[in-house]
Amino acid sequence: MLQATEAPVAHEPTSFLRRYIFSTDHKVIGIQYLLTAAFMGIVAGLLAMLIRAQLAWPEANWSWLERLFPEGMSGGVMKPEFYLSLITMHGTLMVFFVISFALLGGFGNFLIPLQIGARDMAFPFLNMLSYWTAVPASLIMLASFFVEGGAAAAGWTSYPPLSAVPQAVPGSQWGQTLWILGMALFIVSFTMGGLNYVVTVLNLRAKGMTMMRLPVTIWTLFIASILGLLAFPPLTAAAILLLFDRHFGSSFYLPAGMFYGNKLLEHSGGTPLLWQHLFWFLGHPEVYVLLLPALGIVMDILPVFTRKPIFGHRMTLYSLGAIALLSMIVWGHHMYVSGMSPYVGEFFAIGTMAITLPSAIIGMNLIASLWGGAIRFRTPMLFAIGTISLFGIGGLGGIFLGNATSDIQLHDTYFVVGHFHYMIGGVTLFGMFAGLYYWYPKMFGRMLSERLGKVHFWLTMIGFNTVFLTQHFLGLGGMPRRYYAFTKYEFMQPYVHLNVPVTLAAFLLGAAQLLFLFNFFWSRFRGPVAEKNPWEATTLEWGAPSPPPHGNWGERAPVVHRWPYDYGVPGTIQDFTPQTVAANPTQQAR
Amino acid sequence: MSHAQNQWIGFGDSEHTGERPVVDAHRLGLWFFLATVVMLFAGFTSAILVRRTSADWQAIPLLPLLRWNTLVLLASSVTFERVRTLARRSQRKQVRTWLAVTALLGVLFLAGQIGAWEQYRVLGLFLSSNPHSSFFYILSGVHGAHLAGGLLGLGYLLARPGRVGAVNLCATYWHFLGGLWLYLLVMLFVV
Repeated sequence: MLQATEAPVAHEPTSFLRRYIFSTDHKVIGIQYLLTAAFMGIVAGLLAMLIRAQLAWPEANWSWLERLFPEGMSGGVMKPEFYLSLITMHGTLMVFFVISFALLGGFGNFLIPLQIGARDMAFPFLNMLSYWTAVPASLIMLASFFVEGGAAAAGWTSYPPLSAVPQAVPGSQWGQTLWILGMALFIVSFTMGGLNYVVTVLNLRAKGMTMMRLPVTIWTLFIASILGLLAFPPLTAAAILLLFDRHFGSSFYLPAGMFYGNKLLEHSGGTPLLWQHLFWFLGHPEVYVLLLPALGIVMDILPVFTRKPIFGHRMTLYSLGAIALLSMIVWGHHMYVSGMSPYVGEFFAIGTMAITLPSAIIGMNLIASLWGGAIRFRTPMLFAIGTISLFGIGGLGGIFLGNATSDIQLHDTYFVVGHFHYMIGGVTLFGMFAGLYYWYPKMFGRMLSERLGKVHFWLTMIGFNTVFLTQHFLGLGGMPRRYYAFTKYEFMQPYVHLNVPVTLAAFLLGAAQLLFLFNFFWSRFRGPVAEKNPWEATTLEWGAPSPPPHGNWGERAPVVHRWPYDYGVPGTIQDFTPQTVAANPTQQAR
Repeated sequence: MSHAQNQWIGFGDSEHTGERPVVDAHRLGLWFFLATVVMLFAGFTSAILVRRTSADWQAIPLLPLLRWNTLVLLASSVTFERVRTLARRSQRKQVRTWLAVTALLGVLFLAGQIGAWEQYRVLGLFLSSNPHSSFFYILSGVHGAHLAGGLLGLGYLLARPGRVGAVNLCATYWHFLGGLWLYLLVMLFVV
């Protein structure tokens, strides 16, 4: 058999290259993913700033930007097609290259072996390959800004015919091809990572670490990985067909009778709806791929800072399973206005209402977990509570969009933009920050500055809600998304000035992240040295040194005796009992 | 097993669980990988189902060559079973011979597929001719790419014929691709 027959007591690689660059150590790979996500996040964030600048001061002259984008900003004024590239790439980069990288690639790699008591992933080499496939994928995406025609401009959903006809928009030339290529590599990378996570969770748990004793974070990463593994391949299939429509004359998505200029295109018989179905079959589960790990992180941070077990542990796990199943059959709610049969729409609307139930159960469990706790308002806790509040607001908006009746009015307005930014923008961002502030000491052996962290939290919270709550109201007023400027639309005039405060708040939100970046690098060298278990938490990773050595556990891997939420167990001296402490005969282990 | 090999092949199963996991890590990983391939072709299948309802779908004929190719691929699965039996009895020399036969049949299948493309081309059925021919070229191509991956696995086994576990994994993958090809054939030409 292939498996290791003797205990793999780790030999630490000594060369710089094997240790920090082409490392197979899950902790190094996790941090590589986090840093890559941070870099891509800066790029995608700057794109958002350009978008906001254009919306607040349409057609203003930004001559200094011409040097970076001679095509898109020629004469210092943003071109409409460049604006489309910006929104396309902002969405694509944020969803796949920032949030997926950080939550699954970053936290997934760093936490899974540490929290289940393993020495590394099941397939460390595959893990390294996953990261080093993600890098070229990122580079290809970034490079697409600098090819002829600029980056892809068909929206992050890449709907045909815009994405399928190279002449349709400048970004549909090379940019769209590179987009498909970058996404293909991303999916390959995700698949390698996801296989690793799933197999590691199932097979490499420490002695006594039953599935029910796994921290909720691990459960969410596990479920998100399975979801991603099953949902991404249909997008691969869709992208392959799109590539052939674009370059080899097939007609999967393109109907007959399409003109470009005065020229009739030769395609016939295809339907753009086919792409929409295949895309959203991935697109909707992907929302949960991103959302669930953020919620899992929050679920694990709450007990540490309330000093009590989380509320409704089992119900949360069942709800996660229910969300995973339901998330595969609700994709049609993105397509209510595509002309689908009202009966099919009804099916998707009922499915969407059904998925709000387990989501609401998780939300309620999060809130109830605060009840009666001795709350310690440290930065990770602030971000965790912030996540819950954004999940609540975003979830309420989702009820309106999940119903076909109200969605027909709200579809493709800023109400949608505001809603999805709360969910896959806010919940994930705040969850990520909660996790970073919480596990930073374990990753780098230093504490982040609390004072900077709290300022960062409040500025982010205020900036975020100002931007995206306001967008809900702009959407109710009828403001459509993806428009380059609203100067020529009379019905928008009563609201259009609101774009200025939204943009200013967006700048505040962006600037606040500089505080975090400074804190991140400054504390790495100057922060107070972290102890093994600075938060007095119970899960396995806090039993390893900060930062953990290669192989994580030294001579003996941990043995688990209890669930991860034993806070305030009667008859114990400390108010927390680590998972490795053997069960007291008088008390029932869970 | 040395550490260097661990780096490549993985740590296998947890050293401390006491009880062995139900399925070993590599087999589990393979199963999940096959699940992603199933989903990939499920995506293609739904595209076929949608696309073939349109008026411009003109069925292309099933070439006799494709029947021969199918037989060759099925034969390679039979020879792979022979490899497995021999590997279990650790008869390395014969394992090598039958691995080579299997790989040869695999190469023959791929060559036959390219031959089929050529025959369709001669018939005037190109990738862009109509949706049926588009699907045939693309799906046989994607299937062939996966089979080429399987051939790389066979190459690895030829270098290390003693690895019974790896032989079994590769056999599972190979049989899966045989079944997948049958499915595609039925999907494209029968149903």
